Amino acid sequence: MEKFTTLTGVAAPMPLVNIDTDMIIPKQFLKTIQRSGLGKNLFDEMRYDDQGNEIPDFVLNQPAYRNAQILIAGDNFGCGSSREHAPWALADFGIKAIISTSYADIFYNNCFKNGMLPIILPQEQVDILMEDARKGENARISIDLESQTVTSADGQVFSFELDTFKKHCLLNGLDDIGLTLEKVTKIDTFEEQAGQARPWV
Amino acid sequence: MPKTLYDKIWDAHLVHEDADGTALLYIDRHLVHEVTSPQAFEGLRMAGRKVRAPDKTIAVPDHNVPTTPDRENGIENEESRIQVDALDRNAREFGVNYYPVNDIRQGIVHIVGPEQGWTLPGMTVVCGDSHTATHGAFGALAHGIGTSEVEHVLATQTLIQKKSKNMKVEITGSLLPGVTAKDITLSVIGATGTAGGTGYVIEYCGQAIEELSMEGRMTVCNMAIEGGARAGLIAPDEKTFAYVKGRPHAPKGAQWDAALAWWKTLKSDPDAHWDKVVTLRAEDIAPVVTWGTSPEDVLPITEVVPDPQSFAGGKVDAARRALDYMGLKPGQKLTDIEIDTVFIGSCTNGRIEDLRAAAEILKGRKIKVKRAMVVPGSGLVRAQAEEEGLAQIFIDAGFEWRLAGCSMCLAMNPDQLSPGERCAATSNRNFEGRQGRGGRTHLMSPAMAAAAAITGRLTDIRDMMATIA
Ligand code: SF4
Repeated sequence: MEKFTTLTGVAAPMPLVNIDTDMIIPKQFLKTIQRSGLGKNLFDEMRYDDQGNEIPDFVLNQPAYRNAQILIAGDNFGCGSSREHAPWALADFGIKAIISTSYADIFYNNCFKNGMLPIILPQEQVDILMEDARKGENARISIDLESQTVTSADGQVFSFELDTFKKHCLLNGLDDIGLTLEKVTKIDTFEEQAGQARPWV
Repeated sequence: MPKTLYDKIWDAHLVHEDADGTALLYIDRHLVHEVTSPQAFEGLRMAGRKVRAPDKTIAVPDHNVPTTPDRENGIENEESRIQVDALDRNAREFGVNYYPVNDIRQGIVHIVGPEQGWTLPGMTVVCGDSHTATHGAFGALAHGIGTSEVEHVLATQTLIQKKSKNMKVEITGSLLPGVTAKDITLSVIGATGTAGGTGYVIEYCGQAIEELSMEGRMTVCNMAIEGGARAGLIAPDEKTFAYVKGRPHAPKGAQWDAALAWWKTLKSDPDAHWDKVVTLRAEDIAPVVTWGTSPEDVLPITEVVPDPQSFAGGKVDAARRALDYMGLKPGQKLTDIEIDTVFIGSCTNGRIEDLRAAAEILKGRKIKVKRAMVVPGSGLVRAQAEEEGLAQIFIDAGFEWRLAGCSMCLAMNPDQLSPGERCAATSNRNFEGRQGRGGRTHLMSPAMAAAAAITGRLTDIRDMMATIA
């Protein structure tokens, strides 16, 4: 997995609340058996009309945001299905971090498995960054994972909370499966004991 | 220390816990479907890994499968076929339990699991699918995971987790006539919002929950995810044990006795600590429908479409956008909304009891909508409904009688709404485009969907019941 350490970039504003995984990547694109290539269909139904033409009003179609690396979003981002295609599509488009007041549980976890950082900040701070984002390329936002801070365009610094294990994996680009397999004797022992206690499982 | 049911199941599956609370949890059952697993199996293959516990892994295709009778001739859509074929190949190569498309036991993974006795009380159950919460109805800790986690579980039979907080949702008293499990679960989301359960595992309890059948309990837990919770669960009781007993993969003989003894301990201690408590009175719950594009946009059928200005904060814009998408105006009576299509099915309401409830309303009547379909949740549900004569009632009323699968719940197969088409659906998500681009979904119970099929508009099932009687 790619490491995440620092990021400075353009942020796209998406103030809508409850942006769900069906919006992020509609189901017709879930038929792939690969992880890559979903970026062009990110937010497909909001981004393209019935003929497949870009809808100019949609934020990621605007020249200022075509290379956005950060999304500033309304509450409860990523609600809905467990599809990891949602973070895959965001990552494939080039989004590496999201800033919101809250996320749906599965989406939140999925981000970390793909080297992406979903940041939780209080409403007032998200509002300030949303304003920054509205200024397009003129307002770059910086994220530093090590110090767990976000710096707004005019230099205000906001700290965010993050689980230490998730941070460690992201900073070092660690693969969960490899880490867990280091504990394989513990799994063996558990399996043996549970097999005796609950043989019907 | 007194424990909740969630605490007890968690503790019984803890392989390891770090000082910061990061835990390795053992997984008893891993359900797999074709959409969220190909990349995970591919990952295993590339790393030269095996499935650690193929006997605890169950695969079934459901999302992509056509539900028309010609499906035995193969899947026409190339991408869908590739995905279903990939599951077939992976299931055989890695030696997991498998129900292929043409097996009568095939169906929606969350219906097949309980039906075959794979889901048992006290288990940890995961699947690359958010509606895994369904299995919580058995007092199992069940939740959805992403594809990277699917690969993790395949390789290690464990999951890295942080413990959630405990939330109790109590429904006191008994439901009134015409009110169902679907109305409970939608009403809870209406009260708490789609993020109300974020960070929690919900235990549903109270008289109204105890009085539900296992089917009804599955409907309630199914939508815990729509309330943002990691999982929803219900303490197992005699109904649970009776449902499980004799199923193909349920324990038998001495093992049954041992299992039962443990299962009976699976309830929250009376003085257990709850981080959040929500209480609803069953008598206050009415038959409900959704009017918007989020499951929290729910109202009793007797209400009118709300004014977006009546909401707070970011919800004002979301509600305005929802009404625009749904083609509705504030103040419009819900019962005046005309329906084009009716969809009865999904892992929320595709079980035999759901089909019975709908058939009871449809018996001897004809549909007024352009199109109506019933998609049983599994081949076995379908067979039973045929045996009970329900299939004929649906067909006589004008419904299409389909084969098992997810179908129009998410419209990955050819069963889709066209732009602007309005659907009364028994599924769980009314998101924009969920049932087809531009399609408009109103969520409701099977009986309410059947009533809408007959009148051609959203209908209060209680009015219909009066005329039946
Ligand atoms: S029926 Fe619908 S919600 Fe259930 S598993 Fe299938 S697609 Fe998902």
